[in-house]
Amino acid sequence: MSEHAQGQAALSVRGLVKEYVRGKKVLDGLSLDFDGQGLTAVIGPSGTGKSTLLRCINRLVEPTAGQILFGGRDIVPLSGRELRQVRRRIGMVFQEYNLVERLSVMENLLCGRLGYVSALRAWLRRFAPADIERAFQLLDQVGLAEQVHQRADALSGGQRQRVGIARALMQAPQLLLADEPTSSLDPRTSVEIMELMRTLGREHGIPVIVNMHDVDLARRFADRIVGLAGGARVFDGPPAELDEAMLSRIYGGASWMQ
Amino acid sequence: MKPASAAPARRAFKPDWPARAGWLLLVAYVVYAVLRLDFSVDRFVTGLGHGARFLERMMPPRIAQPDSLLTGLLESLEIAVLASFAGILLSLPIGLLAARNLMPAWASWPARAVIAAARSFHPVIVAIIFVKAVGFGALAGICALVVASIGFTAKLFAEAIEEISLKQVEAVRATGASFLNVLSFGVLPQVFGRFIGFATYQLDSNLRNSTMVGIVGAGGIGGTLFSAFQRFDYDFVAAILLCIIAMIMVGEILATWVRRVFVERGRVDEE
Repeated sequence: MSEHAQGQAALSVRGLVKEYVRGKKVLDGLSLDFDGQGLTAVIGPSGTGKSTLLRCINRLVEPTAGQILFGGRDIVPLSGRELRQVRRRIGMVFQEYNLVERLSVMENLLCGRLGYVSALRAWLRRFAPADIERAFQLLDQVGLAEQVHQRADALSGGQRQRVGIARALMQAPQLLLADEPTSSLDPRTSVEIMELMRTLGREHGIPVIVNMHDVDLARRFADRIVGLAGGARVFDGPPAELDEAMLSRIYGGASWMQ
Repeated sequence: MKPASAAPARRAFKPDWPARAGWLLLVAYVVYAVLRLDFSVDRFVTGLGHGARFLERMMPPRIAQPDSLLTGLLESLEIAVLASFAGILLSLPIGLLAARNLMPAWASWPARAVIAAARSFHPVIVAIIFVKAVGFGALAGICALVVASIGFTAKLFAEAIEEISLKQVEAVRATGASFLNVLSFGVLPQVFGRFIGFATYQLDSNLRNSTMVGIVGAGGIGGTLFSAFQRFDYDFVAAILLCIIAMIMVGEILATWVRRVFVERGRVDEE
């Protein structure tokens, strides 16, 4: 599908700070660069700011300080229409799928085009034929062609997450974020979902950033692993370099690893 | 009490003294109010006798003035339908503005104030005010019931919106959707079924109230009913009451049907 020729970093996070409560830094001057390709797994204990990092990137959460360069442009100062135009180029997959439960699978997929469609056309479900065609293609790719007319709340967890991924890809994004996409799924489905994200990320030629709890899954699917602890980066490298010493540094202590 | 526990017994539940005091106050007030109003079984029994004679005079029902009965009923229906339509239409934006999870405080507080004002008076009192303002007739009744509809429906709309899952809204926002698109894809699907329910309840309630505002001159069958009362035409009163019951029942059937079409069978369901 859409290829985006990219030279330097597609996404660059610089000195990112987030305080929900004044003085309590969830992210403490985090800097990370992401290339135009590959799956990056972000691991770290709960509360260390993994979700905050992703939500700062598409500005669902307001950074306290720092820069986020997306396509070479700092998106932190943007607001209104400009912000929405950035958001529609960033797909996001959520832990609890966050599908609109009472809409059909097709309507959920078309949510991915809402950044491009006027209010009236969206209300009347007058989406461009190309969008509908793209939705059917994505449904084929995620294996849900049969369920197109079903309501989201009739699907199983794995199916919902497939819809969530397809919805994100409907945006034809230049970046895919996934916030613990497998934490609500059983082990087998988790593997399938990770497989799907890796494959689709490669096919669409876009970088994928995934927050994860499951270190083994991260090792298996990621091209690169970023370890966060206390809101800062403590590890950044290929999965092979992530050893036990490093894990105990990320998660603290070693007794849990036995 | 238990022989096994020698140590001071651990309490599983903390005594809730404020709640106990509240219950006690309530009981005390009920007793006081009954004593003060001088209720007695005697008075009630005599009252039953009066009631029986009144019912006797209602039988058999007689349609004394078919014309005024028919125009009254039709006018009540018009008042109810128009007031519901306008009231619900106005309630949509007001309810949305009043929803504190989607709107900033500077928008939700004024909207809440409007709703509270619309709720604070009974429709009959509002109808009296509108009769003074726009004169006798159906317009006053419509205005009064529009106000009543806003007070009720907008509040329920706002509450329904406040109960939605913000996760679904967040996901739609994350696609870069405009605010209106977030509303139509992220919010409305979550509340549509309940909105239809509230709207039909409001129509139902307006149908009832539209038969009453006529008593103060705001149009509808209420006026006919009131004058029949005053002329002691109790058989005609009975006929009017039966017609009102029939109209309300038809309304109820219609409302059930609407709910079934939009809520149960449609793509957006509830319950």
